[in-house]
Amino acid sequence: MAKFKGAIVVDNEKCKGCGLCVVACPTKVIELNPNVNGKGYHYAWMKNPDDCIGCASCGLVCPDSVISVYKMSVQS
Amino acid sequence: MSHIQDITKPEHLVYRKTPLLTDNIMHYCPGCTHGVVHKLVGEVIEELNIQDQAIGVSPVGCSVLAYNYLDIDWAQAAHGRAPAVATGISRLHPEKYVFTYQGDGDLASIGCAEIMHACSRGENIVVIFINNAIYGMTGGQMAPTTLLGQVTATTPYGRDPKLNGFPMKITELLAQLDGTCYVTRQSADTPGAVRKAKNAIKKAFQNTRLRKGTSFVEIVGTCNSGWKMTPVDANTWMRENMFPKYPLGDIKDI
Amino acid sequence: MKGNEVIAEAAIRCGCDGYFGYPITPQSEVMETLMLRKPWEETGMVVLQAESEVAAINMVYGAAACGKKVMTSSSSPGISLKQEGITYLAGAELPCLVVDVVRGGPGLGTIQPAQSDYFQATKGGGHGDYHLIVLAPASVQEMNDFVDLGFELAFKYRNPAMILSDGVIGQMMEKVELSPYKPRWTDEEIEKISGSWALRGKKNRKRNIVTSLELDSYGQEKFNLKLQAKYREIEAKEVRYEEIACEDADYVLVAYGSSARICQKTVKLAREQGIKLGLFRPITLYPFPTEAITKLAGRVKGMLSVEMSAGQMVYDVRLAVNGKVKVEHYGRLGGVIHAPEEVLEGFKSAFGL
Repeated sequence: MAKFKGAIVVDNEKCKGCGLCVVACPTKVIELNPNVNGKGYHYAWMKNPDDCIGCASCGLVCPDSVISVYKMSVQS
Repeated sequence: MSHIQDITKPEHLVYRKTPLLTDNIMHYCPGCTHGVVHKLVGEVIEELNIQDQAIGVSPVGCSVLAYNYLDIDWAQAAHGRAPAVATGISRLHPEKYVFTYQGDGDLASIGCAEIMHACSRGENIVVIFINNAIYGMTGGQMAPTTLLGQVTATTPYGRDPKLNGFPMKITELLAQLDGTCYVTRQSADTPGAVRKAKNAIKKAFQNTRLRKGTSFVEIVGTCNSGWKMTPVDANTWMRENMFPKYPLGDIKDI
Repeated sequence: MKGNEVIAEAAIRCGCDGYFGYPITPQSEVMETLMLRKPWEETGMVVLQAESEVAAINMVYGAAACGKKVMTSSSSPGISLKQEGITYLAGAELPCLVVDVVRGGPGLGTIQPAQSDYFQATKGGGHGDYHLIVLAPASVQEMNDFVDLGFELAFKYRNPAMILSDGVIGQMMEKVELSPYKPRWTDEEIEKISGSWALRGKKNRKRNIVTSLELDSYGQEKFNLKLQAKYREIEAKEVRYEEIACEDADYVLVAYGSSARICQKTVKLAREQGIKLGLFRPITLYPFPTEAITKLAGRVKGMLSVEMSAGQMVYDVRLAVNGKVKVEHYGRLGGVIHAPEEVLEGFKSAFGL
């Protein structure tokens, strides 16, 4: 059965750390990074990358379009 | 286990920033609904392949600078007058996709006459209406759509109908006008809501192609700075307080 | 033809793309004539009755932003409402034509002719440092001629132009030689004339943005200086005026529009009485013919600004004369039109003759 593995790439410097992606993520992959970017925002990052399924929920709700989402199928 | 680098290859890309958005960093506060709706308008223009035929009209308010973010031709309108400006553009360029992008203060307060009559004439335009129940740009004052009891800079003790009148459901009013072909209210707070809002915006632009009249898309949104909440809490507050007054869904679709 | 009807006819003939208006006396015949003529069937010109003067001028803003030749017309209270749009047009450097058939004010005032909106027309009218190019017709013929001229100047300088008429010229019937038809500009012509800024949809170029907003004050100052440089150029190149019997004049009446017509008769009456009176008629009220009046001031004993107002242009005349000779004002107010004899009496008493 085909399973999906996903990953996101966040444009750290453009992320404003609003956290909307954190609550939108169904598999609790994303958190705000303890570090801050050049503007002082705690940017979003994949805290638990293994759980990402590439559903793009985070990208959809992101107001600043800083999230790119990737998805590939893997054989179980 | 696959490495992240194996996944983040171009052939696996499933979601990215639409090229219709410029590289300018939006001036909006973190979590602002404007950013999501700008993106949706951009994605729709991209998908319909109408970048060279789309002309936007930006309002006065937080989204006055929308022209910095969407890579199309724009006119910036005086406060509330965007529907009149769009009328002028659309009448002289009947083949173009003309849309206004307005907030609640701009559209429902100072621009009430202009939106009413543009909709009444059935101007062949799209109206994107962001309702966050507050004036964001000027620092969080009462808007026509501010809820009863809602605290703003000019209703510091909460909106009192005896003093401030009642919240205005402008979208329902506009649906009564014969010139509107599609009137809908959406939100952009969850992935599902974002998908629905995008479909609504797409339908609105397709109506322009079919010359059906005025398509009006309200997006109930948040102003977390004005509401003085975190973006996440603002979404919760919106669902609990805004949605009962401003229920989501299509109001008119002909 | 009536002056107002001629405005409509001239608009169609000069290749105007659109008219947006709202009824108000004494200029409603402009839109009525257009609706009757149905130019959309003939030249493709758009004519639309807006819900208000505010909406009409903003429709002009939108249409002008497309590089189209568009216009509106109104009368004093309506022009007051249009001021918001007019300052945005000036601030976005959009060409357009605004016709003001002036009536008496303030407030709702009267529907009778007046010239009490000179300040509003020539000093900007709305907020900010800007000017309109203001043409003052004194005949129905000039109502015809200035439509085309107004558009020409508006596009030459990317600035709104105004025809400052009044209820006399608007309602008056005179013989007129209408201009020959000019075709409306094609898309290619608009691209050539206004392609660098006009909205047509972004294709193979950077996006065009029509806005008057510049939040950075240094940027806004720079833009204002650019506007001022434009106005200096207009002042140097576009002054228009007419001198009648000024060569040997001891005194000169300064008057524009319908008041200038009345003053022509006053000059005749004065000369019959042996008084060497001349008439100086500014045709452009902005740019004002300052230099010509300064020169004239060196040759005459006094000037009388004759306006159907409490005296507005008289300030510009005094600035031009700069104390060299006495400058006085005469005029009836509130919609009353002065008679040539009254002007002559006013002139005599002002200069103790």
